[in-house]
Amino acid sequence: MSYKAKFKVWRGEGGEGKLEDFTVEVNEGEVVLDIIHRLQATQAPDLAVRWNCKAGKCGSCSMEINGKPRLGCMTRMSTFSEDETITVTPMRTFPVIKDLVTDVSYNYQKAREVQSFTPPSSVRPGEYRMKQVDVERSQEFRKCIECFMCNNVCHVIRDHEENKTNFSGPRFLMRIAELDMHPYDVADRQDAAQEEHGLGYCNITKCCTEVCPEHIKITDNALIPMKERVVDRRYDPLVWLGNKIFRRGDNGK
Amino acid sequence: MENTHNTERHEYDVVVIGAGGAGLRAAIEARQQGKRTAIVCKSLFGKAHTVMAEGGAAAAMGNVNPDDNWMVHFRDTMRGGKFLNNWRMAELHAKEAPDRVWELEAWGALFDRTKDGKISQRNFGGHEYPRLAHVGDRTGLELIRTLQQRVVALQQEDYETHGDYEAYIKVFAECTVTRLLKDGDAISGAFGYWRESGNFVLFDAPTVVLATGGIGKSYVVTSNSWEYTGDGHALALLAGAKLINMEFIQFHPTGMVWPPSVRGILVTESVRGDGGVLRNSDGKRFMFDYIPEVFRDKYATTEEEGDRWYTDQANNRRPPELLPRDEVARAINSEVKAGRGSPQGGVFLDVSTRLPAEEIKKRLPSMHHQFKELADVDITAEPMQVGPTCHYIMGGVEVDADTGAAAVPGLFAAGEVSGGMHGSNRLGGNSLSDLLVFGRRAGAGAAAYVDALKSRPKVLPEQVTEAREEALAPLGHTGENPYEVHHELQRTMNDLVGIIRKSEEVAEALEVVEKLKERVRLVGAAGSAVYNPGWHLAIDLRNMVLVSECVARAALIREESRGGHTRDDFPEMSPEWRRRLLVCSTQDGSAVEVEERLQPGMRDDLITLFDRDELKKYLTDEEMAEFDGIAKS
Repeated sequence: MSYKAKFKVWRGEGGEGKLEDFTVEVNEGEVVLDIIHRLQATQAPDLAVRWNCKAGKCGSCSMEINGKPRLGCMTRMSTFSEDETITVTPMRTFPVIKDLVTDVSYNYQKAREVQSFTPPSSVRPGEYRMKQVDVERSQEFRKCIECFMCNNVCHVIRDHEENKTNFSGPRFLMRIAELDMHPYDVADRQDAAQEEHGLGYCNITKCCTEVCPEHIKITDNALIPMKERVVDRRYDPLVWLGNKIFRRGDNGK
Repeated sequence: MENTHNTERHEYDVVVIGAGGAGLRAAIEARQQGKRTAIVCKSLFGKAHTVMAEGGAAAAMGNVNPDDNWMVHFRDTMRGGKFLNNWRMAELHAKEAPDRVWELEAWGALFDRTKDGKISQRNFGGHEYPRLAHVGDRTGLELIRTLQQRVVALQQEDYETHGDYEAYIKVFAECTVTRLLKDGDAISGAFGYWRESGNFVLFDAPTVVLATGGIGKSYVVTSNSWEYTGDGHALALLAGAKLINMEFIQFHPTGMVWPPSVRGILVTESVRGDGGVLRNSDGKRFMFDYIPEVFRDKYATTEEEGDRWYTDQANNRRPPELLPRDEVARAINSEVKAGRGSPQGGVFLDVSTRLPAEEIKKRLPSMHHQFKELADVDITAEPMQVGPTCHYIMGGVEVDADTGAAAVPGLFAAGEVSGGMHGSNRLGGNSLSDLLVFGRRAGAGAAAYVDALKSRPKVLPEQVTEAREEALAPLGHTGENPYEVHHELQRTMNDLVGIIRKSEEVAEALEVVEKLKERVRLVGAAGSAVYNPGWHLAIDLRNMVLVSECVARAALIREESRGGHTRDDFPEMSPEWRRRLLVCSTQDGSAVEVEERLQPGMRDDLITLFDRDELKKYLTDEEMAEFDGIAKS
C-alpha cells in the first residue's frame, strides 16, 4: 500500500529559491497536501504552505502541481504513477513570500474596487422575494471559494505584470456578473466592468473555467454574458441615443 | 534577536480576534457604531472555519411551516442542550435569529428559495419544524462571504468619506495573537505576530472581542482545521476570565472514515435531514433501537412512520436518524463496538436508495463532490461510510448573555469560544445563527463599553517585553519537534477523553497533559521566523495543552452523562447535576482550577413554555415543586 515517492518542492524566500528534492512516504488514499504535511513533520518543519479545511471548501492550498494549478487537498496521489517525480511550486502569478505561500493581496485589492451589492432603498430586510430560478445564476458564482487559481492561470496577468493595474481577473469579473444578475441589484455595472476592471482584455480562452475546483463555468456563464451586456449597451443605437439625451442618474455619472 | 523582530503599534477602539462568522459580525457592529475596529485572523480573510458549515442557519422565520416561532425554537434548543443551557442566551438567540438572517439578505446573500420566493428552510436534527436557511450544502461559505463583502462595503463607505479604505475597519490577516494585555483589571490591548514575517504587532485597545472558534486540534479525529487550537479559550484564561462547560464536546456523528488522510472530515447532517438513513453491517436501520427515554414520544418507532414524516409532518413523528447529535454519535459508536460496523470502521449512511440521483446532486452538491474526489465513492449509487468526529466545543468563555462581556472588563466573546448558549449539546444549525446573534451583541457590547470609558487603559511596556520573550522562546531552543508533542496530545485526548469517558482514563490523560506542559516549554523550532509553521505550532501548543487540561479536569468531576459528556462509569443523566456548572480558571497561567457554581433558575415565563411531563425528566423533585407553584399562580 505504502511507497516512497520522489518530490521536487520549490523552497525559498525573498525572491530567491530553488527546487529541493525529497523522498517521502505515501499511503493509500492520500492527497498531495498530506505529503507536504509529512515533509513538514519529518524533514522540513519550516516548509511554508497555506491550508485550512482540507476538503476543497476554503480555497487556501492553491499550488501548482506538475505545472498545473490545483488544490493540494483535492489532488489524490493515486492520480500519479509511483515512479513519477511530482513537482510542487507556488502559484506563478503572485509574488512568493516563502516556499509555496504567495502574496495574494492583488485579489483583495481588486475585491475592494468592485462596487458592493446595491439594493433599492425601499426594500427592507425580510421583504426580499425572489424565485429560485432567478437566484440560481448568481448562486453558481457564489460557489467560488476564492482559491484565486483562475486569476493565477489567466494569461492576461500570468506573464504580464503590467496588466494587473487595469485587469481584475476572472474572479472579480465574475463577481461583477454575479451582482449584475442579482434580482435586487440596481447599480449600473457594465461600464465599470469594461473600463475599470478590464473585461475587454479577456479573450475567452477558458483557462479559468478549466482550473476552477468548483466547476463554475466562469467563461460561458459569467464572462461571455457580461461581454454581451456591455456590447448591447454600447452598440445598441437606441441605448446610445438614450444615453446622449438622458443622463443616467442625477449625479451625472 | 531583539533587533531582528520589529514591533508595530496600532491603536483601535475594538480588536476582534477571529474572522469567522462571529468575529466578522462583531466587527461590522462595532464599525457601524462608529468604533475604529481591527479584525485579526490567523488565515487569509474569508478562509475561517465558518466556511465549512454546511447545513444552514436555524431561525424560526416560519417560511416553510407557519407554526414555527421563537418559543418552539427556544424549546428545541433547551431540549437539545439537556436543559443545561444558559436560558437567557437561548431566548435571545431564538428571538433574534430571523432578523440576523434577513439582514444577510440585504447585504447580498442568496439563500435557496421557497415556491413563494421566501428563504427556504430545511429539516435538521432536534428542530421540530423545517428551520435552517441554507444554500445547498454550502451555507457557511455563503455566510462568511456575505459578511466579508459587508466589511468591504463599509470600507468603501469609509473610502468615500475619508479617502482611506482602512480608516475605520482593517483586517490583519495571517496574524496570531499570543497574549492579551491588561492595565490593572481591565484589558488594554493585545500582542501578536505576523505569520508571514515573524514581526510583532501590538494593539493598543480598551476592548478585545474573542471570536476564535474551538479546540478540535487537540484531537486526532476532528472536522476542525489547524486554526482550531483553543487560542481564545486560552487567552481568556490567561487574562483572568473563566471558562464554563468545558467537559461538553460535540462529536459529530457523521465524519468520513476513509481514506485515513481525510478521516474526520464532516459529512453534513443535511444528508439525514433530506432523507438519508443509517444502517449497520446487517443492513438494519439501527437508530430505532437508540431512542432515549426523554425523547420517546417525539420520534417514530417504525420505518414506515419515519418515512411518511418527510412528506407529512403534521401526522407523523420524525425518524430517529434526526435525534440530536450526541445521541446519534453514541449509537454509531455502540454499533461499531458491537461488531456491526462497516468494513472501514464506521456505519453506512445511505441516501442513494432514498432520493433520485439528480435530486442528490442538487441538494448535496458538496457531499457528492467530496466523496467522489476524496474517496472514489459516488453517493448517488452507493452508501457512504461514516463515524463520529470531534466537531464542536459547547464550553467556552463565561459571558453576560446580553452583551457578551466576560469577567475581565473590556473582554468580550462570541461564537464557539463562548460558553453557555448550547448547554451540554448544540443542535445542528444553531451555530451559524449563534455567530450572528451573539457576534452582533458582542460588537455592540464592546462599543458601549468604549463609550462609557472614563480613561483609556494603558499598555504596560513590561507586559510587551514578556510577551515578546514568550513568543520568541521556541526559536531559541534546539529542543523537541513540536509536531511530536502535538501528536501525543491528540492521541491522548482522542483515546482517553473522547466520546465515552472513564474516571481512570481521564485521570491518566491528566498525568500525560502534566508531562506535556513541561515538554511544550522546551520545544524548539528550526529555521527563521518567516512563515515558519513549526514555530507557529510551538506557540499554539501552549493553548492546546491548557485547554485540554480544562476539558479533562471538568470531565473527571462531572459524574453523570449528559449531551457531549458521556461517562461509562456514570451512564445516567442526573437532575442533581443539571444546574451545576463547572468553572475553570488559572492563577499562575499553568495549573487549571475548577469550581462548581449553581446556574440561575429559568425565568417563570420561559419555564412555563414546557410541559410538566417533559420537565420532570430533567428537574429535581424540589425544582418540580417550585415549578408547580409557578404554574398554579
